[in-house]
Amino acid sequence: MKRIGLKTALLAMLACIGPAMAWDGASVRNCTWCHGTSAQGYTVAPRLAGQRPAYLESQMRSFRDHTRDNPFSKQYMWGAVAALDPRAARDLAAYFAAIPPKPANDGDANLMAKGKAIYMDGIPEANIASCYACHGPNAEGVGEIPRVGGLAYFYVKARLEQWGQGYHSGIGTPMPIVARSLGPNEIEALASYLSFVR
Amino acid sequence: MLAPSGPRRSSSRRATSLRVVLYAMALTVACSATSDAQERGGFEAKVEYCKTCHGLSAQGYRGWFPMPRLAGQQPQYLENQLRAFIERRRTNPVMANVAHVLSPAMVASLATHMKNLDPKPIGGAPKGSIGLGKRIYEEGLPESNVPACAACHGSDGKGQNEIPRLAGQLYEYTVGQLTGWAKVRGQGSAVDTSAIMAPTAHNLTRSQVEAVAAYVSYLQ
Ligand code: HEC
Ligand code: HEC
Ligand code: HEC
Ligand code: HEC
Repeated sequence: MKRIGLKTALLAMLACIGPAMAWDGASVRNCTWCHGTSAQGYTVAPRLAGQRPAYLESQMRSFRDHTRDNPFSKQYMWGAVAALDPRAARDLAAYFAAIPPKPANDGDANLMAKGKAIYMDGIPEANIASCYACHGPNAEGVGEIPRVGGLAYFYVKARLEQWGQGYHSGIGTPMPIVARSLGPNEIEALASYLSFVR
Repeated sequence: MLAPSGPRRSSSRRATSLRVVLYAMALTVACSATSDAQERGGFEAKVEYCKTCHGLSAQGYRGWFPMPRLAGQQPQYLENQLRAFIERRRTNPVMANVAHVLSPAMVASLATHMKNLDPKPIGGAPKGSIGLGKRIYEEGLPESNVPACAACHGSDGKGQNEIPRLAGQLYEYTVGQLTGWAKVRGQGSAVDTSAIMAPTAHNLTRSQVEAVAAYVSYLQ
């Protein structure tokens, strides 16, 4: 009885220390230093919490290969992943994916309805694709297609603008074509709507 | 062209009218050029839009929904399905909107364009029951009233007229269509070509569907 009690107590303690200990704490702090203590995003560094693990891995690969090439990527992320081997990248991806995400809620609430309409239906007359077809009904993503619901307004806006400006994030992805058809008003509405999706 | 040494005075009116004609001609050329370019630009932009979702070479794409291969598809089948989406005989939240803004001329051009594409199959289907799939495809399952698929879809799976190409189709998409046939296709009261497939889809079990879907996904 006593031994079982001790074992339970130990397990409970381990559970409390939680995922931070499941992965070498020092490495995680190398990331949360910029991405926020619970990886919910901080200024220009996006939320990693709750992101699809396969997507996180694909982006770490893109930073390492210098395929993802916008100025922030170059400035912050090329260095941050330079020393990560694929195994460490996979472990970090699994770690961040397991943290429950919180929505940024920082868009213009007046644009929510417009943003949601574009997200769900696209604008076929203007060749704007429905985001829902790939990112899912709650913008939760699947596989290498990222969760975009709840990401910060400025981050999503910048990403959508950058594809239009000719920056890349991966090879052979549909997003440059998707973004090319979006005007500034559509980008603002989409980024606003997405910031509130939980 | 008009040499300054010519009889300027007497020809000035003629020169003016010639200039007008030349301007007008140049304008017509310019106009027809822009409208051509616009039409071509309109078509190219539309094709690119289709490929955003259906794969950059129309080979199919795994999004939240599996998006079918359109490359090499039979034009008549493709046109039939676009009409079915518009008339809601085939229900899909994404394609109904996409299809209803397409003019008949655009649909015809898109169908021809897709027919001529020939990328490699996208792959990714489980390979465990391909042997069973091949048997169903070529011989059917007489004991369960399933005809040989090859009888209609062709032994190479390329289809014909209103019968679709199945070769190289995305596995998840084919599984989804065959397991959900009655809920998605042939909706409303009008009987359409979807009725031809309804009993076959109904008589296949889930694992038979998976086998035949995997088999056709690898056909080139
Ligand atoms: C010096 C600050 C900084 C550090 C340290 C840092 N990041 Fe980043 N990270 C950023 C910024 C800024 C971006 C946004 C880049 C962009 O806009 O393209 C980013 C983007 C990312 C992305 C892409 C997310 C998305 O949604 O596309 C991933 C994945 C990522 N970082 C993982 C990590 C990991 C893992 C570590 C630790 C090994 C780490 N980062 C360390 C600043 C940092
Ligand atoms: C055909 C599938 C497809 C469609 C349609 C699509 N996306 Fe994407 N999206 C992707 C994929 C795949 C990625 C990841 C690869 C990349 O970054 O290029 C992505 C990445 C993104 C990102 C980057 C997220 C991050 O964390 O950095 C944003 C933002 C985004 N999409 C927004 C949208 C919006 C808004 C729409 C609709 C207007 C849309 N997407 C339509 C497939 C799609
Ligand atoms: C936003 C994503 C998206 C865009 C853009 C899109 N499609 Fe689709 N399409 C789909 C989805 C999802 C399906 C699957 C429908 C289903 O499961 O019944 C589909 C199915 C189809 C089908 C039925 C294929 C079959 O084998 O039965 C045709 C035909 C088609 N699309 C043509 C087009 C054409 C032509 C365009 C461009 C004008 C286009 N699509 C643009 C998402 C899209
Ligand atoms: C009697 C002729 C006939 C036979 C036999 C037949 N099919 Fe079909 N099939 C059709 C026709 C016609 C359609 C187009 C239906 C429509 O217009 O909606 C079709 C459509 C399909 C589709 C939908 C394709 C798409 O792109 O959405 C699939 C999948 C399919 N058949 C699989 C099979 C399989 C598997 C078999 C054998 C077990 C089979 N068919 C046997 C005539 C046939």
